Amino acid sequence: MPALLPKAEWVVLGLLVIFVAGLSFAPLLRLAITAIAPAGVIDLGHVAELLWKKKVLTASTNTLVVALVSTILAMVLGTIAAALTVLTDMRFKTAWVFAFVLPLMIPPQVTALAWVQAFSPSSPVLGLLGLSLHDGGRHPLYSPGGIILLLGFYHAPLVFLTVRAALRRLPAELVEAARAAGATSWPLIFTIILPLARAGLFAGAALAFVSSISNFGIQAMLGIPARYPTLITLIYQQMNSYGPSALADMAVLALLLSTLTIVGVAVSGWLGQRGDVRVDGIGRSLEIRLGRWRPVVEAASWLFIVLTMALPLSALVATSLVNGFGQELSWKTLTLVNYANALVHQASIRNAFLTSLLLTSVTVAILMVVSLFMAYFIVWKRGPLVRLLHLFSELAYALPGIILAVAMILFFLKPLPFLGFSIYGTVWIILAAYLSSFLALALRPVLGGFAQIDRAMEEAAQVAGAGFLARMHDVIIPLVAPAAVAGGVMVFMSALNEIQVSILLVSSNARTIGPMVVFLEEGGSSTLAAAVGCLMIVAVLILMLVATRFSRYLPKGVLPWQN
Amino acid sequence: MTDIVINDLSKMYGGKRVLDCVAMHIADGEFIAVLGPSGCGKTTLLRLLAGFETPDEGTIQLGDRIVSSREANVPPEKRNIGIVFQNYALWPHMSVADNVGYALKIAGASSQERQQRSRDALAVVGMENLAERAPSDLSGGQRQRVALARCLAAKPSVMLLDEPLANLDVHLRAAMENEFVRFHRHTGATMVYITHDQSEAMALADRIAVIDRGRLVQFDRPRDLYREPQSEMVARFIGNGQVLTVQDVRPDAEAAIVSIFGKDHRVRARRSEQVRSSARLSVHTSAMRLAQPGEDGFAGKVERVIYRGNHSQVDFLVTAEPDLQLTLHAPADVAIPSDDTIQVCISDGWVIPAAA
Repeated sequence: MPALLPKAEWVVLGLLVIFVAGLSFAPLLRLAITAIAPAGVIDLGHVAELLWKKKVLTASTNTLVVALVSTILAMVLGTIAAALTVLTDMRFKTAWVFAFVLPLMIPPQVTALAWVQAFSPSSPVLGLLGLSLHDGGRHPLYSPGGIILLLGFYHAPLVFLTVRAALRRLPAELVEAARAAGATSWPLIFTIILPLARAGLFAGAALAFVSSISNFGIQAMLGIPARYPTLITLIYQQMNSYGPSALADMAVLALLLSTLTIVGVAVSGWLGQRGDVRVDGIGRSLEIRLGRWRPVVEAASWLFIVLTMALPLSALVATSLVNGFGQELSWKTLTLVNYANALVHQASIRNAFLTSLLLTSVTVAILMVVSLFMAYFIVWKRGPLVRLLHLFSELAYALPGIILAVAMILFFLKPLPFLGFSIYGTVWIILAAYLSSFLALALRPVLGGFAQIDRAMEEAAQVAGAGFLARMHDVIIPLVAPAAVAGGVMVFMSALNEIQVSILLVSSNARTIGPMVVFLEEGGSSTLAAAVGCLMIVAVLILMLVATRFSRYLPKGVLPWQN
Repeated sequence: MTDIVINDLSKMYGGKRVLDCVAMHIADGEFIAVLGPSGCGKTTLLRLLAGFETPDEGTIQLGDRIVSSREANVPPEKRNIGIVFQNYALWPHMSVADNVGYALKIAGASSQERQQRSRDALAVVGMENLAERAPSDLSGGQRQRVALARCLAAKPSVMLLDEPLANLDVHLRAAMENEFVRFHRHTGATMVYITHDQSEAMALADRIAVIDRGRLVQFDRPRDLYREPQSEMVARFIGNGQVLTVQDVRPDAEAAIVSIFGKDHRVRARRSEQVRSSARLSVHTSAMRLAQPGEDGFAGKVERVIYRGNHSQVDFLVTAEPDLQLTLHAPADVAIPSDDTIQVCISDGWVIPAAA
């Protein structure tokens, strides 16, 4: 960083520091201090005592088991999907990729609800198929296996996206050289292609692991009825039972969960980079002919989509269209009363929709501006301070949302200085948490956008006499605006239905729509929960459609569902 | 008056000195080329002049104002300089006219004045008809002209040109070279032209600053650089110069007698040249020729003959010093078999001054 920045740049940098320090750094620091030194002095004895409790040990073990096994499942499914779509001559790839990635866009609590309804004894879908599970006994998905299965399915697209990117970067010459050496399709895949795509595979694994650990929607919807506690459901239940008085202990659990997250990321990073095999090139598309197996492979891949997506979603839709849970769907029982209740009659649901929409819009608007300026400093100015800002924005995004929520409560519980009131229990704390949590998501495409434009564009404006803000306004923002919009779209889709961050922050006068499904299902209103879930999916689909429609203005590759 | 005074300028990157105590004085209105192999620090010098970097030692003075020093750095937007970037850096979201008029807009000029002056600037480079085009619709040469016009419209007191011809086709370069000369005459601005191409520098500049490994090795008129290189590096770098060791240097008026492979030759040397037992001699290819029959030369063994159309390039090893390979140009119609022994005469040379 040049030793002497002009004034406007200092002011902007100062504002960015206040933004990240106030919303990410200070709350997380507060969390760590509360965990290690609850009474002001470091008290590791207390930490050890708490972690040694049987409840915590069980929850930690469960968390690890669930996250690890589901990550392996996601790796297998995601890699197969990526190999099929990038390497083979399978037909209808675009549609299949869309269908395969779609579940990632659906909020996990809704996915869990759909699966629960698909496999309930009175499942409308299984009923239509003439199958039924026997009554009584426990729901098959209310089990560790159920959680693992759903988490694996849910995160397979994450692995798919990174492996696909790695496969596409593979230089065609490496593959051609192997062919010249006599390797046929299958040995080629296992001895050349997949080893070279390893970095992508483990990057995906890290994402899947972190997302599994922090996936509150699925763990809560299945784990709580199954009485299979994991760390986040434990934190949630304790906070529900004891309120803020449990905060100090929850801080310790949150710290434990953060440690697991960071260790998971570090281990998969190490596995991916060991014996560096990074390769970069323009991959020419390789086509392995499936030959007579093609119809079989295609049928199997579509069957997978039907089983993991169409089946549960249709169960969800069916449930949302009947009056009482367990009713069979027919022309006689078909009703829209749940939708009417969700959208019109139940003020709390309607308000939750509006609150989420408003919060998300404000978050997107603020983060687009912040990310434009922050990316400028990260890509073009560098320096240790800027690196620290970047690190903390990434940390706030990578850590499970529930940890951030605990940190936010700790930090904002006391009345704000000068203002004299606390924002805990209001929408403002949720907004603060969203800004902190989604900054990194808004930032990523913008960083890519900056990396792509020539710094000389700015320098040319500088020698023309333009100061920092004029350069931003006249030259830089017009050039990176598409990337900022792409970041905004991703934040909008993630924040609108999110549950992990707001589940601990919602109160009777500030509810978001994400947790609503859980509350309704817990309260026994399954049909209403299904209708709300369907509406959330519709909202996501509309957003995807709009974004796809404008995708030619967006940087290539930012919309994950496009092949 | 905007002369540029550079005082003992140094810049470090990660502990490495990329510019080392560079000092030069560029007169108002002068056209200077900064020449050097890639990685020699010439781009760093340009960035320091522009204000994108701050020096670790030394100062830069534009006119009577110190703009760069360790303590204070006038930012680029306050220096009244213009830059023509290597890749032109035209803003893709603005029309040609908007690109050219941007500096005036920043300066707060009225829209009428802006239009007038950008039209004038475009007229200077012959681009007034393309004012409403987008930069992406232009060819490389046209973009280069727009970049020049953009620089011109701002009326900078100093213009910096960063390898402006590097991205152009060979046949366009000659045309653009003429353009630069005309442009310099038209504006009278002080121009600093960064390049690694010596023929470009020779053709354009009043004076050339040769930079090697961060140091300014010579700052002279093109003719003096070619004829009187002050170091071996310059002698080799300029005009494919060749350097050989000579014995027995005896100053003689404004020249010196030296022994080249045992035979005395009269060559040029500086006035203060001392009697020395040996020295290095700069010889250009054009100063070497095949000896006429009966003429006294030194012997060489032909390594390779390359037909170049209007002459033959003859690479040969000096018999008296078999590790030394030299090159001369022979008439294309003279047949010279490889492995043949030839006699070579040297008609001109320059005794490179002893290193200080």
